[in-house]
Amino acid sequence: MGLAKAASDAADVDTDTLLEIYRRTALINRTDEKFRALLMSGTLRLVYYPVRGQEVVSAAMMTALRPDDYLVTTYRGVHDQLAKGIPPKILWAEFTGKATGACKGKGGPMHITHPETGVMVTTGIVGSGLPIANGLGLSSLLKGDGRVTVVCFGDGSTNIGAFHEAMNMASIWKLPVVFLCQNNRYGEHTAFADSTSAGRIVDRAPGYGMNAVRVDGNDASEMYAAAKAAVDRARAGGGPTLIEAMTYRMLGHVFGSNASYVPKALQEEAVREDPVPRLRQKLLDLQVPEATLAGIEQAIDGVIAEAVEFALSSPYPDIGEIRKDVLGQEIAA
Amino acid sequence: MNAPLKTISFSQGINMALDEAMAADPNVFVLGEDVADEQGGGVFKATLGLSAKYGASRVRSTPISEQAIIGAAVGAAITGMRPVAEIMFMNFLTVCMDQIVNHAAKLRFMSGGLTSVPLTIRCGTGAGVGFGGQHSDMLEAWFAHVPGMKVVTASNPADAKGLLLSAIEDDDPTLFIENVAMYAAQGAPPEAGYKVPLGKAKVVREGSDVTVITYGRPVLEVAAVAETLAGEGVSVEVIDLRTIAPFDAETVLNSVAKTNRAVVVHEAVKAFGVGAEVSSRIHEELFSQLKAPVGRVGSKYSPVPFSPPLEQAWLYSRDEIAAAIRKTLG
Repeated sequence: MGLAKAASDAADVDTDTLLEIYRRTALINRTDEKFRALLMSGTLRLVYYPVRGQEVVSAAMMTALRPDDYLVTTYRGVHDQLAKGIPPKILWAEFTGKATGACKGKGGPMHITHPETGVMVTTGIVGSGLPIANGLGLSSLLKGDGRVTVVCFGDGSTNIGAFHEAMNMASIWKLPVVFLCQNNRYGEHTAFADSTSAGRIVDRAPGYGMNAVRVDGNDASEMYAAAKAAVDRARAGGGPTLIEAMTYRMLGHVFGSNASYVPKALQEEAVREDPVPRLRQKLLDLQVPEATLAGIEQAIDGVIAEAVEFALSSPYPDIGEIRKDVLGQEIAA
Repeated sequence: MNAPLKTISFSQGINMALDEAMAADPNVFVLGEDVADEQGGGVFKATLGLSAKYGASRVRSTPISEQAIIGAAVGAAITGMRPVAEIMFMNFLTVCMDQIVNHAAKLRFMSGGLTSVPLTIRCGTGAGVGFGGQHSDMLEAWFAHVPGMKVVTASNPADAKGLLLSAIEDDDPTLFIENVAMYAAQGAPPEAGYKVPLGKAKVVREGSDVTVITYGRPVLEVAAVAETLAGEGVSVEVIDLRTIAPFDAETVLNSVAKTNRAVVVHEAVKAFGVGAEVSSRIHEELFSQLKAPVGRVGSKYSPVPFSPPLEQAWLYSRDEIAAAIRKTLG
């Protein structure tokens, strides 16, 4: 119980693991960049919530999971979904509303689901994922299937009632759930300090008797160590953990929105501490050859190009889909 | 074996359905405030004895946290479990509407059918027992208006058992509404395994002059009025919808096509209620053969009052039902 110090064994994260985190980081980073480029050029028209700056948090968290573990995330979730392993092709096709999308184009960017990779729910409602994550955890507890559920949410979610109800329930039932708060410093356009009474979200956990840790989410080793410890605890029956991963949303709330409310100094600091080049440099420092990293990036660019092509060339869903999946039985025409 | 019961109460009917469902399927579990025996087996005793039989892990008392209750049920349901969540009073659904409307009802569609939510939500409500404005509302129309939700209510203990068992086995989220004024009501006991199909209304009394469409507790009131009117030579056909959504248009329209007159009766306030939908469907399909406009009876347009005379006056009445029927006869 209480606030563990930021994982002290952070230095023990091995190079292979860091390289895997980098692979996922680069996939997220380049996917996000591609979305914005295609939106900018007018090729795509959709509401897009950028994840620039939060790549390493997800990449490290999901690397600590088993493929069959569960994920619940939010509308700003493309980093979480990709890090969890959703195939880029069907992600892109879903974002573009195509029949070949993960959800046949019926869910869209804010409602990505892909149970095969454990992406169980993506919600567009702030805070609503937390109670649902408890249900996934409860299922694992009742079935004894050993799965762990991770639920991702922003700092803004911690001021809505669902957060508090879910934290309490997870704690009293010792559910195998990891609550990953990606504290990106802004809830929509309002700064964290202007919206949240607690100076640190992690300080709310003792009120629920929950283990909690605050880490530099943009440091791959520190983030991974905290993620691994929380996942291991959950899997061993030790109950839930709240991780407050400090990160930063480097772009506006939604693509195209004005972010002039962000102080210049904060933005400059964030750019200096950009987690993606930081992890890349760390790997170079660990004697990973430049060619290895470049090779990873090149391969990812190929995967993304193929996914974009697949999405753009895919057909839209049949109009008859409106009658399907409303209820178990198709609605009569 | 215990001696067969001569009659059972509404609560016992619910208890029987839960018991059978839990015995048949390890994926069925119950959660809600005070549902385990240690906490009394539910405030209306509907879950009494189940935690002794199946364990407090499967009959799980919860904090007073409706969002967390329904959220947990939704999450478990998408992994293939069949939770039965008890929300003590229907008005408490208002504090977990997000989980019901935005998640339970929509996840199947939004996931393109990759996930589904085989969740049953039980709730009690109803006026006439003195709970006042925040524990008595009939809000079925709210939920029937949400694509993806099923809404069910029973008028007798055997139906309660049969409908609840079907709801638990159904693959869609279903709201099961119980009238608190009826928990102690006695009725004929159903046989083991008895189920009532969802989506099917029942003609509970055959007649030829006018069709009355109703559901839940008013079924009893309408039946009593029909009996009285029979003495006056008026033949009333009574339909118990049993499932409000999806609406069994076939049974209703077939009946009205025969009688050419219809009245809809429910406990919910009349304005913007289920009666408006049913009436409209009948007008749309059978306008040319109707001998009178479809009548509606509901409760008065105010919050449910506490003071007993006000509460009784608020409720729909047998006189109003009889008057609405007579009005269609011209």
